[in-house]
Amino acid sequence: MTQSPSPLSSVVLRFAGDSGDGMQLTGERFTTESAVFGNDLATLPDFPAEIRAPAGTLGGVSAFQVQISDHDITSAGDTPDVLIAMNPAGLRANVAQLDRGATIIVNVDAFDERALTKAGYSENPLADGSLSAFNVFEVPMTSLTTAASAEVGVKPRDAERSKNFFALGLVCWLYSRPIENITAWIDKRFAKNDLVRQANYRAFRAGYDFGETSEAFAVRYEIAPAPFAPGEYANITGNTALAWGLVAIAQRSNLPLFLGSYPITPASDILHELSKHKRFGVRTFQAEDEIAAAASAIGAAYAGSLAVTTTSGPGLDLKSEAIGLAVALELPMIIVDVQRGGPSTGLPTKVEQTDLLHALYGRHGESPVPVLAPSTPGDCFETAIEAARIAVKYRTPVIILSDAYLANGTEPWPIPDPSTISPIDPDFASGPNATDAEGNPTFWPYLRNPETLARPWAVPGVAGLEHRIGGLEKADKTGAVAYDGKNHEIMTHLRADKVAGVVADIPDLIVDEPSSAATLLVVTWGGTYGPVAAGVRRARARGVPVAHMHVRHLNPLPANMGDILSSYTTVICPELNLGQLASVLRARYLVDVKTLSKVQGAPFRAADIDAAIEEYR
Amino acid sequence: MSTPVQLTTRKDWSSDQEVRWCPGCGDYSILAAVQMLMPELNVNREDTVFVSGIGCAARFPYYMNTYGVHTIHGRAPAIATGLAVSRPDLHVVVISGDGDALSIGGNHLIHALRRNVNITILLFNNRIYGLTKGQYSPTSERGKVTKSTPVGSLEAPFDPVSVALGAEATFVARTHDMDRAHMQETIRRAWAHEGASLVEIYQNCNVFNDGAFTDITSRTSRDDMLIDLHHGEPIRFGAQKQFGVFRHLDGSVYTDTITVDNESQIVVHNESAPDPSGAFALSRLTRSDHEPTPVGVFRSVQRPEYGDVLNEQIVDIQERDGLGDLASLFRGNGSWTVSE
Repeated sequence: MTQSPSPLSSVVLRFAGDSGDGMQLTGERFTTESAVFGNDLATLPDFPAEIRAPAGTLGGVSAFQVQISDHDITSAGDTPDVLIAMNPAGLRANVAQLDRGATIIVNVDAFDERALTKAGYSENPLADGSLSAFNVFEVPMTSLTTAASAEVGVKPRDAERSKNFFALGLVCWLYSRPIENITAWIDKRFAKNDLVRQANYRAFRAGYDFGETSEAFAVRYEIAPAPFAPGEYANITGNTALAWGLVAIAQRSNLPLFLGSYPITPASDILHELSKHKRFGVRTFQAEDEIAAAASAIGAAYAGSLAVTTTSGPGLDLKSEAIGLAVALELPMIIVDVQRGGPSTGLPTKVEQTDLLHALYGRHGESPVPVLAPSTPGDCFETAIEAARIAVKYRTPVIILSDAYLANGTEPWPIPDPSTISPIDPDFASGPNATDAEGNPTFWPYLRNPETLARPWAVPGVAGLEHRIGGLEKADKTGAVAYDGKNHEIMTHLRADKVAGVVADIPDLIVDEPSSAATLLVVTWGGTYGPVAAGVRRARARGVPVAHMHVRHLNPLPANMGDILSSYTTVICPELNLGQLASVLRARYLVDVKTLSKVQGAPFRAADIDAAIEEYR
Repeated sequence: MSTPVQLTTRKDWSSDQEVRWCPGCGDYSILAAVQMLMPELNVNREDTVFVSGIGCAARFPYYMNTYGVHTIHGRAPAIATGLAVSRPDLHVVVISGDGDALSIGGNHLIHALRRNVNITILLFNNRIYGLTKGQYSPTSERGKVTKSTPVGSLEAPFDPVSVALGAEATFVARTHDMDRAHMQETIRRAWAHEGASLVEIYQNCNVFNDGAFTDITSRTSRDDMLIDLHHGEPIRFGAQKQFGVFRHLDGSVYTDTITVDNESQIVVHNESAPDPSGAFALSRLTRSDHEPTPVGVFRSVQRPEYGDVLNEQIVDIQERDGLGDLASLFRGNGSWTVSE
């Protein structure tokens, strides 16, 4: 049976099953195929903190949401149009999010009494009418998968494990994805185990053919490619983009890259990625703890490396003292905090933006640090490069606030031409810069560049520059230990002025306001950019004029921030915290910034934003 | 990067900073010993970095006319690790104390030793917190009365040599601030060692813990109380070398007067034994600071140095797969082209 597919402008799919069901792999592969096909897309992986939570329970549900579109989109979508549920728990954990009329495809084989009980169902939802608002397709995925792979001699127990490939095949048919790339990928990915390769391939074909032949699905859909600018693209996660940005700027600048890190969710993938890149001379050091990870980076920075430490919230707590030392030593260093739900262990795999005030103020003493936040997965690449530029130019630690949503989410990323990434000149000190009391040339480690207030970066091994630095307060210019109060005040101001002076390298904020009629401004920072931009578009589509401004530089804030804030009647700031940027803006600019808060371990929905705009306009 | 080694004197290695330890502090004699030793070590000042944490001892780098970093409490081994692996051409010395190395920084110490990072750790042990004015430390004896333990400390102390050997450090030694020649000879050996070396230096705090080591280090008691270890030699001590170290059947060691009958049983010191148990037994010989105490090199063995193997992995992969290319990296996970 051949159908001509109905065109769709966009669709939101959510794959949900047990942690061990391969939902992340399935979602990622569908995403990649859609990317190669030319759709715009955004993804939202959602998995439990436990590696293998009890099978079949709500706590063990792992899900992967993707929106694919024929036009430019900025988020993974609010509510799934299609839920693929591999078991009752996958259904129960997600059904409440669905709008009436949504499509549910269930693996009906998994809906036995035991599985229903584990998921907390007393009645079978497929039989009790509770899903009557949805289009439910009951597909015997397990048995069809087992039957398909039995032909190649796989034991039934093992064959069942390929059922995610059946689901992938079915969805690929439903959304008219070309299958050649997937089959090639299966061949490559499972080349080492021919039986598994064949089983997965058979399951995938069985799913695809089921869509084609079963007549269960009356309609097949097609989502045309989105109008991308010509060029080459890769689908990239925020963590990968961040790692690549660091490799790229180190390579271009001819600086050795050093990462000191301690494993922590959701930042570990940056450590994993950088550990692969020894061909670029990247040194990765898995330290004994978060403190040593930061401390080793300070040692590497002192040695002349582009030094980085990566972590998430609890690790940032532990690194605070070392970051303070880097502030005092005035050495370049990058601290990446992939934010997750807190306090304490909190929600290790879920997104939150609750570390902003910590990054800005979470150290004793007057301890200013530039802070940047990427807006999308791909933007993590640029943010890493910019952080390195600021760190080296101003000889300062720089904090990057990524988050779990950016870290694991993906988007099509235009591959840059490496030659367009301009190198950083580390401007290492090469000789004496002062004269001592006897008139001999000497080296003063705290004699500053009058323009940037940066001190010299003098790495060991250069004769004539031997010097001592430390966490004790230093005398202005000479860097000798100094307890004098007046000097401390001078040095405190110098450190503050230096970081404030980074504003010279920060572009002015740009307000996105097509109508020029808006009196309402929405301010975002970090990973909320995409979902909020989607909400702003909704409001505009309803005819509501609204301005959107995204802030990438959290410290120092861009020079035109105050003027922009005061030129709108109403300013709302959606944040995945209780209002941290809002409190900074209120304090600094005396503007009545309203907070739209969400701390549910999930991104904003466009609908939340649209509703808030409606409320405040 | 290195230039030919310049001939130097102690003065060249002394910075212009005024030394600010309490008058009579044992740190002065350690500083003098190191400053006098440096010209003999065949190294340029610019290739030498002293890294310290926090405490009285941690001021040491300010007084050395080399590169130096005075860091944060306990973290010097971690900072030195990042420095040493990034720059194998440098000589990195960590200056620490008993509180810095064994209390707040215990974790970093054992892991730097375990990894065998190419650093020389000088651990000044005065069995007290000096800079904070006299609280008991992790090496203070049980029952010690201090400001924070007015009726005596409750804790069993660490023996730094035992801790280092437990972490399977490849070079572990002990010396003391009353014997410059012994200090210099021990530090010279630690400096020459490839990998992590730890030298415990008994150091007198004449303000808060005066005389902590007098029973063993004073000129009058030294002969009978210090057991100087020499590789390959029977372990004898005493003014007439009348005492020896002997081994129980369970591996532990004890001291006894040497007789015609037991002379053949004296333990022969083997610092290069692959198994650290023998050295560990020697480190457990002394249970208080009023008993004969071994000094010198307990252990000196070879094991791959962390920075070497880390950098070797990079070189090997670069030779095998070629240098990294950004354009290929960006396409490594698959890419697609959108045409006009």
